Amino acid sequence: MDLNFTGTDVCAVNGTRSAPEAKYDLVVIGAGPSGIAAAIEGAASGASVLLVDENPVSGALMGNDTPLYFGGRMTAATQNSDRMLEAIFMSMPDLEKAMEAGVELLLGTTAWGVYRNGPGVQSLPEQVVGLADAERSWLVGFERIVLATGARDLAIAFPGWNQPGVMGAAALQMLLSRYGAFSGRRIVVLGSHDLALETTLLAIEHGLEVAGLVEVRDAAQGDATLLDKVTSAGIPIHYGQSIKSSKGGLDGIESITLTDGTDIACDTVCVAIGLVPSIELVDAMHGPRALNPARGGYIPAGEPNVTTVGLCAGLPDTGFDHVAYRMDWVRAALRVNAPETIICQCEEVTLADLIGIQPPNYLPRPAALQARSLDTLLNDGPANPDQIKRLTRSGMGVCQGRRCRDQVAMMLAIESDKPFGTIPLATHRAPVRPLPLKILAEWDEPAAMDAAWDVWFGIPTQWVPVEDIGTEYQDAHREMLYTGMYK
Amino acid sequence: MSGSEVVIVGGGVTGLSAGWWLARSGVKVTVLDKFIVGWEASGRNGGGASHYSSPLFDEEQRLWPQMDELLGYPTEHQKGRILIAMTERQWDQYRFIAERHTRLNHPVEVLDVKQVQEAVPLAGDNCFGGVHYKFGGHANPQRTVQAYAWALQDLGGKIIQHSPVTGFETAGGKVTAVKTANATYGCDAVVVAAGPQIPQLMAQLGVDVPLAAARAEMIITEPAPMMPLGGVDGHKIYGRQTLRGNLAYGGGPHEWLDVDATGPAARPSTPLARNLAKRLAELLPKAAHLNVIRSWAGVIENSPDGRPIIDRLTSPDNVVVASMSSVGFGLSPASGHAIRDLVIDGACSFTNIDLLKLSRFDGLEKDWREKRGWMPIA
Repeated sequence: MDLNFTGTDVCAVNGTRSAPEAKYDLVVIGAGPSGIAAAIEGAASGASVLLVDENPVSGALMGNDTPLYFGGRMTAATQNSDRMLEAIFMSMPDLEKAMEAGVELLLGTTAWGVYRNGPGVQSLPEQVVGLADAERSWLVGFERIVLATGARDLAIAFPGWNQPGVMGAAALQMLLSRYGAFSGRRIVVLGSHDLALETTLLAIEHGLEVAGLVEVRDAAQGDATLLDKVTSAGIPIHYGQSIKSSKGGLDGIESITLTDGTDIACDTVCVAIGLVPSIELVDAMHGPRALNPARGGYIPAGEPNVTTVGLCAGLPDTGFDHVAYRMDWVRAALRVNAPETIICQCEEVTLADLIGIQPPNYLPRPAALQARSLDTLLNDGPANPDQIKRLTRSGMGVCQGRRCRDQVAMMLAIESDKPFGTIPLATHRAPVRPLPLKILAEWDEPAAMDAAWDVWFGIPTQWVPVEDIGTEYQDAHREMLYTGMYK
Repeated sequence: MSGSEVVIVGGGVTGLSAGWWLARSGVKVTVLDKFIVGWEASGRNGGGASHYSSPLFDEEQRLWPQMDELLGYPTEHQKGRILIAMTERQWDQYRFIAERHTRLNHPVEVLDVKQVQEAVPLAGDNCFGGVHYKFGGHANPQRTVQAYAWALQDLGGKIIQHSPVTGFETAGGKVTAVKTANATYGCDAVVVAAGPQIPQLMAQLGVDVPLAAARAEMIITEPAPMMPLGGVDGHKIYGRQTLRGNLAYGGGPHEWLDVDATGPAARPSTPLARNLAKRLAELLPKAAHLNVIRSWAGVIENSPDGRPIIDRLTSPDNVVVASMSSVGFGLSPASGHAIRDLVIDGACSFTNIDLLKLSRFDGLEKDWREKRGWMPIA
């Protein structure tokens, strides 16, 4: 047999990767209070520290509800990055302290992937974090990394939720407190746990009209002091209710109707049912995670050289079962939502198609396919969100599943009559933020990478056309397509 | 063989297609998979279906346009491909390939820059030209794998997921049963189509199958406007525009791995996504602004010469082993047919597959992986 027995595979990745362009003792991702504190502590101990934060993100990303669920309720002020930067420094005075302590600070810089050698990969020169700003991407090496990526909004679908004005509590808080760039006037808040109550009070403080709170359970869920402040402000709370329908126009939501028939006029519905720890980076690096209902769902479960702090390590444990609470909301939504209610906004997947495991509308649905459903799929084994994602496209869009990942997992648990924790989490994959090709590209890649690059494995015997084997064309084929690679 | 029991080890695209073909012939089929159908390379590849270097090519080409109808489920198959040259060297190479196709009567057209841009509006002025294959094509791997699985079930076949095969029972020179942790499946014949796990499984039958596993990677963008021709290769990357509009692309250096009997330990993607992004932004410059929204990796096995192994063993004589050597997806309609023929008739009815016999590796040095440089990084 005519095999290349030179001992070297010139098309293997070995030794072709670029080294990181900088290296720090400590890299901290996320410049909220926990991240800043970790960075200052690191610098105080003499470590070289890089602190990065993706904010201010571009208007385009905010429009895609990334990283938070902004619901299109940003004012034009968010298009001005200089003003946004200034607002960040104004609202986070500790950033100046961190810089004075010797921390290198990069704002407007996204951490889109963390990579290190482990099962399935040994070819990385060292552990790195992928960073990107508005101009380019690059890799940074680290000894230790602290993830302080916070928590993101949990969205739950209701009829008409896929229109401007439906947004998350963390997004609303950011627009109000940090940027002063919220465009709504009259809001309805979903939920009555601490997040909902705090968001309500913040909205009042900023002069907004809160038309009411909607609580799916029969009693308020949050801290009594906060609740007292909300009720003292004369804000009604509608118990045992969820949203049955909504009306809207060009500018988005205009009113909602509760399950008891109550109509409430509003320009914004703030979903304040819960926050989800932002574990994308840990999950995309295949780090271990664990379900902790008291801490907001899946949280990192320990990874060498990786520390998580703040909300991304889990919400404060107050004994409240966040998962059970969210499941109540999703159960109510499943009772109310029409089959045509959109669940995945990016890919326009309806509830009926999600539960029916039907393909997107650009594909035919022959009879055999229409006979398939979640029920028939469950006959073959437990529900897996990644499999359902592939078939229905829910979670496959440009928001990277931020709006539907968690609720789809809950719906699958309910529909398959299993506890939430038995449904695997749909995978997060790098880049954990949408990144344009031209930004992600390694334009100055090492020559070794280009030299090793083949469209596939670079095995000449794999591609010689079968008719040409043993003919004059065989050598011509190799000569033409593999010269310099194999002699 | 009608009415007999065939157990297929591995619910990847090759095993599922074989199972579907066998079920179409009235055979009782049970497919065992360690996890979920198509979870490994079968559901993670570029979806290409234009394998003109294979003896299975003609059958591949004959079947793909019929697959949606035959299976009863959509595969997203689209006909035709284009290779776009971004360097003078690539332009020479692609035209060389075009000449070769012309010689063998495969319809191709060499395109100038303007023609390339008409077919592929995301292409730029920076290309040298292209070669349009008016054959071949691409499909959606995930949807296709599920289509085979469902079509097989519709014919009465069984798919048992989450059931890794642990071993075999043999008697009288035949495999009589396939074992998992929880059950034993009696059989008249076995197809081992377990990808990178084939060597470990076949070693239990005393058969040496030389395969080495490696990891390869892909990226995908947000949707772009649909192009007249979505099967766009070139610039040493491969991929397609999905029917949703996303650009899914792979290529570049691979990493050799050791895979044990339980399968790949993990499928991590790496910063290679940046090198793929660079080439895709060069190949389709008008797509350079599009967001990359995911990257992923898959683990595939290769034989020493990179060609598939599709063979019925002489001992035990009721076992067919099938590894497609890293190009299994596109050929799956034909590989399943060939496997069906080997199981039922002992020989492939539609083409000569002697080239794919396991015996070609008889006498291969034990340290062939070292000699090829196909070893994991220490």
